[in-house]
Formats: sequence, C-alpha cells, structure tokens
Amino acid sequence: MSKHSQAPARQGGGFDLGRILLEGRAFFALIAIIIIFSALSPVYFSTNNFLTMSSHVAIFGLLSIGMLLVILTGGIDLSVGSTLGLCGVVAGFLMQGVSFDMFGVTLYPPVWVVVILTCAVGAFIGAINGVLIAYFKVPAFVATLGLLYVARGVALLMTDGLTYNNLGGSPELGNTGFDWLGFNRLFGVPVGVLILAAVAIVTILALARTPFGRWVYSTGGNARAAELSGVPVKRVQVSVYVLSGICAAIAGLVLSSQLTSAGPTAGTTYELTAIAGVVIGGAALTGGRGNVRGTLLGAFVIGFLSDGLVIIGVSSYWQTVFTGAVIVLAVLLNSIQYGGRKKRVATPAEPKAPDNPSSPASSGNAARVTSEAESTAGKPATQH
Amino acid sequence: MASSSSRPAPACEPVDDIVLSARDVAKSFGSVHALKTVNFGVYRGQVTTLFGENGAGKSTLMKILSGVIQPTSGEIVLEGEPVRFASTTDAQRLGISIIHQELSLAPNLSVRDNIFMGREIKGPTGIDYAEEARQTRALMEELDEPIDPLTPVEDLRLGQQQIVEIARALSVNSRILIMDEPTSALSATEVEVLFRVIRDLKSRGVSIVYISHHLEEALLITDHAVVLRDGVMTAYARRADIDLEWIVRNMVGENFDLGSPPTGHALGEVALSLEDVSVADTAVPERSVVDHLSLEVRAGEIVCIYGLMGAGRTELLECVAGRVPLSGGRVVLEGEDVSHLSIAERIAKGLVLVPEDRQRDGLVQTMSVGENLSLASIKAFTRWLLTSGSRERGVVDESIANVHIKTDGPRAEIGSLSGGNQQKVVIGKMLATHPRVVVLDEPSRGIDIGAKAEVFKLLAEGAAKQGLAVIFSTSEVGECLSIAHRIVVMSRGHIAAEFGADVSKEQIMAASGEAVVA
Ligand SMILES: Nc1ncnc2c1ncn2[C@@H]1O[C@H](COP(=O)(O)OP(=O)(O)OP(=O)(O)O)[C@@H](O)[C@H]1O
Ligand SMILES: [Mg+2]
Repeated sequence: MSKHSQAPARQGGGFDLGRILLEGRAFFALIAIIIIFSALSPVYFSTNNFLTMSSHVAIFGLLSIGMLLVILTGGIDLSVGSTLGLCGVVAGFLMQGVSFDMFGVTLYPPVWVVVILTCAVGAFIGAINGVLIAYFKVPAFVATLGLLYVARGVALLMTDGLTYNNLGGSPELGNTGFDWLGFNRLFGVPVGVLILAAVAIVTILALARTPFGRWVYSTGGNARAAELSGVPVKRVQVSVYVLSGICAAIAGLVLSSQLTSAGPTAGTTYELTAIAGVVIGGAALTGGRGNVRGTLLGAFVIGFLSDGLVIIGVSSYWQTVFTGAVIVLAVLLNSIQYGGRKKRVATPAEPKAPDNPSSPASSGNAARVTSEAESTAGKPATQH
Repeated sequence: MASSSSRPAPACEPVDDIVLSARDVAKSFGSVHALKTVNFGVYRGQVTTLFGENGAGKSTLMKILSGVIQPTSGEIVLEGEPVRFASTTDAQRLGISIIHQELSLAPNLSVRDNIFMGREIKGPTGIDYAEEARQTRALMEELDEPIDPLTPVEDLRLGQQQIVEIARALSVNSRILIMDEPTSALSATEVEVLFRVIRDLKSRGVSIVYISHHLEEALLITDHAVVLRDGVMTAYARRADIDLEWIVRNMVGENFDLGSPPTGHALGEVALSLEDVSVADTAVPERSVVDHLSLEVRAGEIVCIYGLMGAGRTELLECVAGRVPLSGGRVVLEGEDVSHLSIAERIAKGLVLVPEDRQRDGLVQTMSVGENLSLASIKAFTRWLLTSGSRERGVVDESIANVHIKTDGPRAEIGSLSGGNQQKVVIGKMLATHPRVVVLDEPSRGIDIGAKAEVFKLLAEGAAKQGLAVIFSTSEVGECLSIAHRIVVMSRGHIAAEFGADVSKEQIMAASGEAVVA
C-alpha cells in the first residue's frame, strides 16, 4: 500500500507488540467491535448484515477519502456534508426533467449525464473552496464553513425544503438506471460498496505511485519546502478540494439512490463523521501523514459501531456518546504515536536560575573531580 | 539580565576543574549506535569545544547533558554527584541550558515572548510585559543586534533568529551553557560579538561547551578541545598544545583543503544574468533590500557572494529562484527572461536554489530521507503518470553517494539524521535535478570540513565538466577563497566590490564594511 505507512519498521529488529497494537489500532478496534456486537446480538454476524452495514459505510468512506486528501495537505473541508446534500438534490432535480418554458419542452437527461453534471457541481464547490484557500489565503476552516452554509442554503432554496421522491425514471424517457448507483446489488454486493472500493483503489494508486500523491504529502508536510522543490503547491491545494467535492457528489448520488429519494437536509453533520474516520485511521490533522487504508478502517469502525449500537437497541443518545468517546480515544492515540517525533519546542524551565555559578562545592570534592577529569578526558589524549 | 546583575567576578584560578561530565555514556537509536561509551568533561569557567564530523554524535551527547534525551547507559556527574535529568526542565533547574543546533523558536511569537516563553515575568496584573521588553532590549544590546522586542520571529532573518536563540539561553543565567553550532548563520562581526559575550560569561565563571564546524573560528575561543568520531571520543588536548591541523587530522584523518577554482575549461555563454534587479523590503516596501544590482555568471563559472548579515544576499538569491518577487529589473536565464516564471518552471528550466534555512525551506519533516531527496526530480522517474520505485531508488542512491549522506537508508526518517547530514539532503535534492544554474545560500551551514570539501568538489566538477554555473553565498571568508573564480562582496543591497580568486581575506572583509579582525 502507501509507502507512507507510519511504521518506521526499520527501527529495532524485535517484535514490538505495543507498536503493532498502536499502529494497527483501527484494525484491532474494528475486530473488537465485530466480536463484541456478535456476542451481544445474533443478527449482527451475518453476511447480509455486513453488506447492509457496508453500504452505510460507503457514504462515510467516500466522504472520508476526499477528506483524507484535504487533511494530508494540512487543510480541512467542512463543506462535504452540505455538498452531499446539494448534489443529491441536483441529481433529484435533473431526474424530474428540466423544462425549458420558452421552447415548451422538458428534457430528461439520461442517468450518466446526471452523474456527470452532479459531479461537476461537487467539483465546482470544491474549486471555490480551493481558490479561496490557496489564492486568497482564507483559512480552510473558515472558507469551507462558509460553503457549508451556502451549499445547504442553495439545496433548501432549490427544493423549498421538500424532498424529491421519484428518482426511478421511466423507460419511455430513457432515464432509468438511477438504482444502479447504490440501491441495487451486483454479484450480491451493494453497488455503493463497489463504488467505494473503486474510488479507494484509484486514490491508493494516486497517493503512492503518482507525482500528485507525492505533492499532496509534501504540501502537508512543509509547504514552503515543497514549493522551493518545484511542487505546484497552490494547484495541489485547489485539486484536493475539487476531489473532495467530487467525492461528496458521488456520495450524494449513492445516498439518494440507496434511499430512492433526495432531500435537502441529507448529509447534515456528515463532515464531522468524515473527519472522525480520517482521524481514527491515523492521519495527522497537521498534514503530511495518513493513508487510505487507515481511513477506510476508520470509516468502517464508525459505521459498524453505530449500526451495532442500533442493532442491539441502544438509544440514539447513547450512540452519540459512544461515537464521541471513540473519536477522542483515536485522537489520543494519534498524539501518542506522533508525539515522540513532533518537533520539540524547547520549554525553558522555571526561572529559578542557580546563583553563584562557581560556588565550590568543597575543595576536597573539587580535587576528586579533577582527578576524575584526568582519568576520563585524559585517556584518549594518549593518541595525540 | 545576564550581564546587568554582574556580581564580583569570583577568583577563578585556572585549575582544570571539571564541573559536569558524562561517564561511560552510550546512546542507541534502534540499531544506530550514536554514542559508544563516551567520557566527556566540561571544564569549569572555560570553553570546552567539541569537534567531529557530521553524525559523530556531538548533538546527541549535548542533548544527553542537557536532559533532552536520556542515555541508554552511563551516567552524568554534576559537581561530583551523579544526576539524572528527566527533562530539560530538570537540567535547567540545575543550571544547564542549551542552544540547539536546529532553532527552536515559535515563529508566530515576538522576540520578547520567545525569550521568556515558559518563564514569564509575573507582575501584579499578570505578565509584566514592560519588564520583559526591557530585559529583551538589554540582551539585544549586549549582543549588538538592536531588534525590536515586539518583532515576530518569523520576520527575522535566520542569523537574527539565531541571535534571539542565543539571547534566550543567556537570559536564563545558567552556570553551564551548551552551544551547538551557534554561529552557523552568523557572519564574522556577529561572531565577534558572541565571542565577547562568551569571554564575559567565562569571567563570571560560566562553563561553556561549544560546537562548530568553523574550525578556525572555534579555535579562537577554545580552551579545551575534544574530538568525537563515530560515537567515540578519540582525542583531547588543551588549546595551547594544538593547532588547526591537529583538529582536522583527528576529525577526518587527513588534511582537507576546500579546493581551488577549477581551471582548464573555457567559460561558456552567460548562463544567468541579473539586470538591474531590485527587491523591496517586506516590512517597508519603499525601501529596497536589493538595490539595482546587476550580475552575470557564465556557464562553468563559480561565483561566491560574501556579505554581512543584512547585506541582502538571501533576498537576492531568493528572487533569482522566484521565491520573492522582483520590484524592478529582470532575471535572464540562458538568454530567456524568466522573471515571471514560477519556482517550478524555473527548476524545469534548470535554475535551482538550495535555501538557507533547511528546517523551514529545505526539508519536508514528515517524509523519509529518500522521499526528500527525490522530491524535486519526481518527473525523472515518472512514466505514464506513474512513478517507478526502482528508478526512484536509483536517483536516491546516487544522491546519497554523491553528497555522502550518512543515513540508515533511504527509508529513514529525515529527523533521525544529524544536522549536517540534513543539510546534505537539501543540497543533494537540488543537484539531483541536473540543473544548469545552481544557486546555493550558505550551503556549508553545519556541514563538516570533509563534507564541505566534497560538496565544493562536486560543484567544481559540475562547472568544469558540464558547464554548470554556480553562485554560492557564505559568511565565512575562508570559503570565498576556495573554488570561486570570482568573489562578489555585497553590502546594503549593492555590490560593494568584485574580486578575482587571488584576493586576500583582508581585502574581502574590508570591502564588506567589517572591521578586520586581527
Ligand atoms: N532520533 C534519532 N533516530 C535515529 N538516529 C538518530 C537520531 N538522532 C541522531 N541519530 C543518529 O545519531 C548519529 C549522531 O547524530 P548527531 O546529531 O549527534 O551528530 P552530530 O555530531 O551532531 O552531527 P552534525 O555535525 O551533523 O550536527 C547520526 O548517525 C544520526 O543519524
Ligand atoms: Mg549536530
């Protein structure tokens, strides 16, 4: 997988259990979740349930992968939840047919056109984010927070707060097939999961094996040094927000296909879940560290945990508490993992400076030390 | 604070009395044995200088003595008592402080806040900022560097940051002060000031450990010389018994010289031409830090730029690379105006910069040694959008061999390298792009004389064989008189003088406006 796995595996030859547990924490957490819930509920451990849960995970996974790219460059994208909602609404709107009153016609674009246009909307929102951040130096948090509101507002305006329910299309109009974006199954696997897998593979490849991947990591690691090494830092920044927007658009399509409806409030607070997935997956919010494998595990941890809690009938209030606790734990472990190598800012101590630099401890002591000096510092001098 | 409260100087006899020592100290990082059973003593009220190649273990030993890291085995003895430092705080409480090789200032905070970080002076209504500012000003005055206490550190030049770092260590009033390459970004005048301060500290009984790769300079202040080699202490002598040659012989085994200007090749066309270049001051745009400066460098020619701190060297070199915008004039690369091209486009055309500040501008700390080395030449090992691992390995291995980087392998973390080896990574990375014109800002910062000679040899060979045009800047006069065909002295944004290779040190220093040190 990614060359950037956080394992400095070369250090020491031994089998360090603590390190392995720390580095594989998302994986072990996932195993633990599956074991615990399987013990608590007979329906949890079944292929069918896993597939259902995975199709929920697909949404978070797609958002998390886009978010990972942004976080790797040292940014953050708070607008993905709203982008997801807006893109779902745009898709729903297009599926209803676009009427051109002056010509008196209504066009029903085929599903592939809907997909492209929807992704274009996501990319456009991402591009606004990226340009604001890279060229106008707006802090990422603020720029994407703004777009969070704008995109949600536009979605509400477009629908008047209502939901598009009829997404099936009809054969006469040639726009059937929306089901194939998430609702249907291929070889028994929900299409949404397959889409997630495809996006993940492409991203893994892009991060590990293309110049773009290297640029993303270096921009997040030290943008100034990257720029002086010829990395087009600004273009990289815009690109990751565009890609994050596209991921959100794809997630929007998958979600509205799964639900067979597109509502303007879909995806509210999903940006936070996406960030949580990335963080649980071991990425550093300061940029430069993280990978797709970890992020996917993170998304699965969150998805399997919250579905498990639903299945065993825990109240939704407690679900929130549990999810929060897992996130805090993950960040805690992150800081343990990266804490050791964070650049140490020297922390000068209390001002209790010792007075009297040369107070001789005692003359006898001094003599002893001197003789020691001879035996320590003196020895190598024989070489001279 | 440091000097204002000068108490009567203790009657300090010149007995060689050891105040702090490391006994049988060893330190391993995983499989890397940085220190192997070292015995080292710090002499009371004197300057103990530690010499050694890059990666010899100097910084590691100093970090152990100041509580930054703990030794794998062995003990530390302070005033005859074994002590253990769990942290720098412990060490500071016992009067030991350190100036780190890599600066450790918070760039967003002001000079004042950096100096008193963690030791804020409390007044009746919270922090007594006025008193802090007053003491900061006094410290800066002592160091002859009138920086306003409220200036954010990120606005300072590297050399000034180093002075702030020194001021911070002085403000603590320690009895043992460790200085790990404190002068790497300073020029002769500031070094002279620092030495005056060191002598002053000595007279007050403060013991000093000093590390530097500027050997001649270090000898001026040394009382005791200790040589470390591959984690082992190999030689010790008193200053009176040794000379430069002794140090070099013990450090690297043979005597190196920094080379001479390559001859026997005809200089080519003008490779880089600066025409009436001006760069505005970031703080005061009406003022120019580089003022209508013109310079031509031919293919195969090596030009050295010398100047005091603030002469505008860094700004000039950064504007050549495209890092800072020109406020006038143009930069012409092999006949083509590149003034409006981005950094990446200039690199693609063969114009590269090795920046001065390796931590801020040179290295991506989250990436491995190999990834750092290949960062600027990714295109060379990319086919059909995909990078090739084996070809990248080739580029990386070649760089490691070319600039002699001492590392555990390309996958090692960049932070695990010694300071000088990190510097070599920055140089190797830019040379790996196979440039036509290479601009190096203080390339020798922190590298040992062996490595310095190797880097200079590499540049000289590039100039002679491939017609590489080289511009490098330095604040060590000795380096001007090595491979450079021409020496350009800068002062206040202008070219103050230009010399051939046969110039003397005194002439260069006089032209830069600095008092010639006897
Ligand atoms: N955190 C670390 N992890 C692994 N290896 C390390 C680490 N710190 C230092 N080393 C290794 O220990 C050795 C000694 O490093 P050190 O920084 O003490 O050298 P130095 O003498 O200060 O060199 P320089 O003159 O270049 O500053 C080097 O080989 C370095 O790679
Ligand atoms: Mg060092």
